[in-house]
Order: sequence, then structure tokens, then C-alpha cells
Amino acid sequence: MKAKLFSYNYEDTFVHRLSGFTKLICFLLLTFAVMFSYDIRVILGVLIFSAVLLKISKIRWSQIKLMVLYVLIFLVINALITFLFMPEQGVEIYGTRHPIVKLFGPYTLTQEQLFYQTTKFFKYSSVIPLGIIFLLTTNPTEFASSLNRVGVHYKAAYAFSLTLRYFPDIQRVYHDISQAQQARGLEMSGKAKIGERFKNSLMIVIPLIFSTLDRIEVITNAMDLRGFGKGKRRTWYTRAKMVQADFVAIAVSVVIFAITVLVSTFINHGRFYNPFI
Amino acid sequence: MPMTQTTPIIEFDHFTFQYYSQAEPTLVDINLKIYPGEKILIVGPSGSGKSTLGHCLNGLIPFYYKGSSQGSLKIKGKETKDLDIFQLSKIIGTVLQDSDGQFVGLTVGEDIAFAMENDCVQHDEMHERVARVAKMVGMDHLQTASPYELSGGQKQRTSLAGVLIDNVDVLLFDEPLANLDPATGKIAIEIIDDIHKELKKTVLIIEHRLEDVLHREVDRVIVINDGRILADMNAHELVCSDVLVKNGIREPLYVTAMKYAGITLKPEMKPGHIWSLDTGTCNEALRRWNRSVVPPAPLVAAPSILKIQNLNFSYDGVRPILHNIDFEVREGEMISIVGKNGAGKTTLSKIMCGFEKEDSGAVLYKGQNIAPKSIKERAEFIGVVMQNPNQMISKNLIFDEVALGLRLRGVEEKEITTRVEKVLEICGLAPFIEWPISALSYGQKKRVTIASILVLNPQILILDEPTAGQDYRHYTEIMEFLREINKTGITVILITHDMHLMLEYTPRAIVLSGGEMIADAAASVVLTDQHIIAEANLKETSLFHLAQLAGIPDGTQFVQNFIDYEREVGK
Repeated sequence: MKAKLFSYNYEDTFVHRLSGFTKLICFLLLTFAVMFSYDIRVILGVLIFSAVLLKISKIRWSQIKLMVLYVLIFLVINALITFLFMPEQGVEIYGTRHPIVKLFGPYTLTQEQLFYQTTKFFKYSSVIPLGIIFLLTTNPTEFASSLNRVGVHYKAAYAFSLTLRYFPDIQRVYHDISQAQQARGLEMSGKAKIGERFKNSLMIVIPLIFSTLDRIEVITNAMDLRGFGKGKRRTWYTRAKMVQADFVAIAVSVVIFAITVLVSTFINHGRFYNPFI
Repeated sequence: MPMTQTTPIIEFDHFTFQYYSQAEPTLVDINLKIYPGEKILIVGPSGSGKSTLGHCLNGLIPFYYKGSSQGSLKIKGKETKDLDIFQLSKIIGTVLQDSDGQFVGLTVGEDIAFAMENDCVQHDEMHERVARVAKMVGMDHLQTASPYELSGGQKQRTSLAGVLIDNVDVLLFDEPLANLDPATGKIAIEIIDDIHKELKKTVLIIEHRLEDVLHREVDRVIVINDGRILADMNAHELVCSDVLVKNGIREPLYVTAMKYAGITLKPEMKPGHIWSLDTGTCNEALRRWNRSVVPPAPLVAAPSILKIQNLNFSYDGVRPILHNIDFEVREGEMISIVGKNGAGKTTLSKIMCGFEKEDSGAVLYKGQNIAPKSIKERAEFIGVVMQNPNQMISKNLIFDEVALGLRLRGVEEKEITTRVEKVLEICGLAPFIEWPISALSYGQKKRVTIASILVLNPQILILDEPTAGQDYRHYTEIMEFLREINKTGITVILITHDMHLMLEYTPRAIVLSGGEMIADAAASVVLTDQHIIAEANLKETSLFHLAQLAGIPDGTQFVQNFIDYEREVGK
């Protein structure tokens, strides 16, 4: 069976044992840290840190391969577009201009631009492992209960967690429908033209939507019949108690966040680290 | 049992209900009193109004499904009009038919706690109450298990615990057997009965599988059709009457067999349950009938059309899903592949169609190994129909849906028209050719999906649970249709755990268990062999018990005689 995108698996690791709330807080702190800073040293630090966490939480490559691939494609396209539209952005930021090679038309590759874009690339890519860890090590209801705890309405939080939870099922149904439609002659491989393939994928998506709507009706009824949505608040069965490990994890994240801010304020005197002066 | 001095817990008084989306009322002038502690079975075919009745009780009407009502419906003396779904859910606990779909929590404990979470019960109290109720239904050792690790029976127990947590007065089961295999269904009925006896709750079971519910005692059976109550009597009186046959509800098989033997059933014989039946007065008649059945002439062996040879398959290369499967299907046969969930039935069908590729062994079509053929190429001789028609239909109009496979193959539009029209004719869908699919019933949709496969002229048709969740009338409609298709020479392979289907339509069954083929035998053998029954989550057919009661030593032969007789009568 193909590995499922976004599917939560329980493993007994340090990261899995942390409460969902802790993980959400840590995720937010670390994400803010790298989003705030344009200092490649800090960013690489966080990247290495999150890679270690990925290792600790025993997430297998096969689980995240597809997701990582899509993100990389997105990042590469993003980098190309940035260069096309703002080739001198780096020069503007760092205030110096060290050309490397003249390309074509008005485009010149500069050390500043290269440095700026590399920083940006790593900045985004360091968020990915963090997101993956949070998604794959937090069970969907705990996910919902922690969202609820940071102020998201419980209905929205629950809807989000149900979506996550049914994602693997929907993928399975998609796979089944796709096979059945291929048996009827649908060409989904590279042999078909792009336009053709788009039209063909509709033949899978339409039945998928209808069969998913059936399921939604069942789960909605089941939830209504057991009183979901009657009060302004609700409690959570799986709200894990905060233990020492949780406080340690939050403390570490706070420290990393603080370092980032301090480095920016006192060493770089701004969000950018400038090696050119 | 109702006593004159007690007041009913549920009271319908000239109650009529009409959905806004319907032209006619779905429930008409219902008068019904249900007393505390009673166990009531409500039967009726699809569309009879029995589910609507349930929805009126639990509040889904009018909370989720809108409509207008007249007359009065009182629960615990209060008009339901004055209560909302949340108040009603504290009196009536509903267990829905889909034990997977209604699993809201991620673990057993969490699912049981769901209603308390919504009541803002504090964390510690919640855990304490969950532990207590889990123990009540025998799930205390599985509180942290996820639904994927549970058997069908355990899921039912969990759903039950989820409503018992509120200490409701009434338990309402909406088609509890619909998605369960025979063995699990039997367990579910036993669980319901045990809870009823222990906790003295009022129990309402809405179901069309009468014989399965009557595995345990019920106080009254209420028959509904066309929105009206047609009978309100005990099980013994009911099976003696003609209400069941007239309203498209399948009577218990042993009752059918007794009628075949020319026996007139009387309530004194206690024929409501196979275990209460006294055949003392009619044993001779049964034995005489058993001797009188003439076995049909043996069929001339047709040439092989599909051969599965030493087939092995595994998804991950470690855990085998199919191990050394080996059998042959002959041209024009209609066979079933049975086995419990996870036995490998669906995987086997996927390999035949080329959706998955075997690790070793081969699939031979008319003696030729089809390993090199693609999914699309195989579809021209092996067609597969999925269980849920909604998972196949992608067009608005019937014609376009059926034509899809031909259009994708680049067949000329003129030829498409002739072929589609011919197939729709065969499938009895010709009058609907211009119709949108959304206007069709479930059974008709099923036909559309079968037609859309038949149009490619396959020689073999594989159907996954073609009758799942269908009432007797739709079941008969679909199966008779398949029999017609089969008579035109198409080989039909059915993946199923419906025991009636095996008995009535497929002379031969392949039984899988844990990826191994444990039997390739006549349906009468499969349904009477204790070992196979246990391995495949089936249930012994009541015909076998009947043979035992009548002192007929060869029960398997008795079942075979029943099948042969029925086929002869059915012709």
C-alpha cells in the first residue's frame, strides 16, 4: 500500500509523548523565530535542530517523500520567480554590489542576490520539518484540543481535526475510484495530454465528492445525536497533563526564539545578517 | 411486558410526518405505545418509513431533516415538538448502522466520552465514567485501542457504550446489522439482548433482517410499510401470518422450508425463533419432503475461463495477503468468494483486474497468462463493479455514464449508441435513457454501474458485495438481474458475506481465511461445516438446525435439497 500523506502514526518517542499543546506552542515559537530572522546562521541552526527532531520522532522518509517533493518544487519556482522579478533585491538589502556573472538583458547574478535567496530558501525549508513533525506526531483530537486551547473555536478545531483524520481514508477511496475508472479506459498516465488528464481527473473527483458527502452525513448525524455543538465550550478527554518534559520543550523553544531576536537586535541591528560590510 | 397501570414511555397518537422535499407523507396516522422495559423490533422494507420513525424519536427530525408533522408524539410524557435534539439524546440513545462512520473519537475511550465532552464534564470524572461504562460492555481492556484495531463486534460495543454513558432510558438501534458479517451480526444481537436484560432499558431495533434479530427474544414486532403500521404482534404470530411475504420482508429460512414441506405454521409451534420451534407435529412431513426432492442432473463441465494458479501476493513483501491460492472458474458459472474482512477477497479481485500485481503464480484467462495485459486491456474481458455505486458514477446522464468506457476507447458515436441502447435494454433501464442519474434509486444506480461495465462486453463480471445494505425486494431485484446476465453466458464472481445470496444464487463458493483458501465447495457444505463457518465469520444456516430438529441425520444434504427445490420452483 502506498504511504499515506498526513497520516498520524503512534510511535513511542519523546516527541510523540509531548502534549499536543506543547507541540503547538513550540511549533509556533520556532516558526516565528525563523520567519523573523534573515540570519542564515540562525536559520541553519534551526534547520539542523528540526532535522534532529525528525530523526528522534522516527518519521520515515517514505511517509514524507511526497510532501517534501511538492515543497521543493514550490521553493524552486519561488526562487526563480523572485530572481525574475527582483534580481537586485539583494543589492538593495545589503547595500553593496558584487557581480558574479552577467546573464542576459538586465539580469546579473550578484553575490548579494545569491546570498539573499539562499537564506530565503533555507528559511522556508526549515519550517517544513517542523510542520511535518507537528502533523505526524500529534493525534488529530489532541491537535483539535490544543487549537481550542490557544483560542480557536472548538467547532473549527474539530472540523480541522476530522479533515486530517479522514485524509488517509479519502486517499484510499481516491485510489480505488481511480483504478475502477482506469479499468473503464481512463488514461491517467503520461500518455494523455495535460488538458485531457485534467478532464480525466474530474471523472475521479466527482465520484469522490459524492461518496465523501455520504460519509459526512453519517458523521454529522452521529455527532449531533451525541450533543456536539450544544454548548459554547466543551472539554476534552485526551487533554494530556503537562509534565516536566513539556515545560523543558517549551523552555528550549523560548530560548531559541529569544536567541533569534537577540541576535537580530544586538548583533545584526536588524532582521538581516550582512556579511558584505 | 406492558401492564395496564404503567404509562408508555413512547406514545405516537395519530402522528403523520412529511418531508418538505416529498410530495406525500412518509409516516401516516401512526398510533403506537411502547412501555418501559419492552424490547421491540420494527421491520419494514426500504422506503417504508421505519428509519423516518427512528429519526422522529431521536430528534434528527426536525433538527437535520426538515419536514412537517401532525398529531402527537410523546416521549416520557413530553411532546417531542417541545424538545430539541440535545434534550432527546438524554432520553433516547441512538446507535447508527455504520459502526465505522459513527466512530467519532480516535480511541475507544475517547469515543465513549464524546457525549460527556460536549456536556463539559471535567477530565477526571470523564475518565472514571468511561472506565465504568467500558466495563459494562466488556471493553475495559481496550480503552486505548483505535477503531482500526477493533473487530465489528467490538465497534458495536463501543457505540453502545457511547450512548449508555448518558444513562438513557431508551436504546434505539438503526439497522444495527446492515454492515456486519453474519457471525458479527449474531454477536451484536446477543450484546443488545444482554444489555436489555441487565439494565432493563427499553430497546427499539429497526432492521429488515428479521431472522437475524430473532436470534434472541423480542417482545413485539412492528411491521411498517408505506408509512403505516401493518402489524403489531409477537414473533410467533408474525411468522404464521402472511404480512411478511406481502410486504417484501424475508421470512426466516426454516419457515420457508417448512412451507415447502406443506406444513401450516401455527403459533402453538412457537415458530418465531428457531430455538423455540417445536417440530413435534411436523417432523414426518419434513422428512417426507426431504426424501422427495430430486437432485438436478449434474451439469456438463464447461471449459475453464479463469484459472488462479498458486497465487501469492503481499503489499509490503513481508506480510502475505494471499498465499498459494489455486482454483478454477468455468465458463458460465456463478460463484461466490467469501471470508471475513481482511481475508484477502478484495485483493484477489484486484489482482484479477490488474489493479495489483501478483508476486508469484498466475492468472490464466482461457488458458493464457494475462500478466502482460494492462488494466484497460483486462477490462475488455474482466469487468469489476465496486460496492458503492456512488464511487463509480461520474456523469449526469445515464446514457453518458454507460457510454463512457466506449468513448474513452474511441469507439464511433454511432456504434456507441447501438451498444448503449442494447445494454440499457438488458438492464431494464431503457425507459430512463434520458434521465439524470441523481433521480434514480440506489438499486437503479447499481444497475447503471453494472451496465457501464457490461457495455464493454466482458466475459467475466466481478461484483463486490452487490447487495450490501439492500432490503429483500432490492436484493431479489439485483440478484435476479445478475442471474439473467449469467444466463446470457457471462461468468459471474460475487464477493460477499451474504449467506442467503450464497444459498440461493451461487452453487459453489471459494472460502478465504487469513489469505489462504480453506474451501472450494458447494454452498450447502460451506454453510454447515463448523470449521469453515468459524474461519469465515459465517453462521450456521437455520435450515441445518431444522434438519436436526426433525431428526434428519444428513443436515448438509437437507440444505442442498432446499437449494435444489428452490431452484426448481423458481424456474
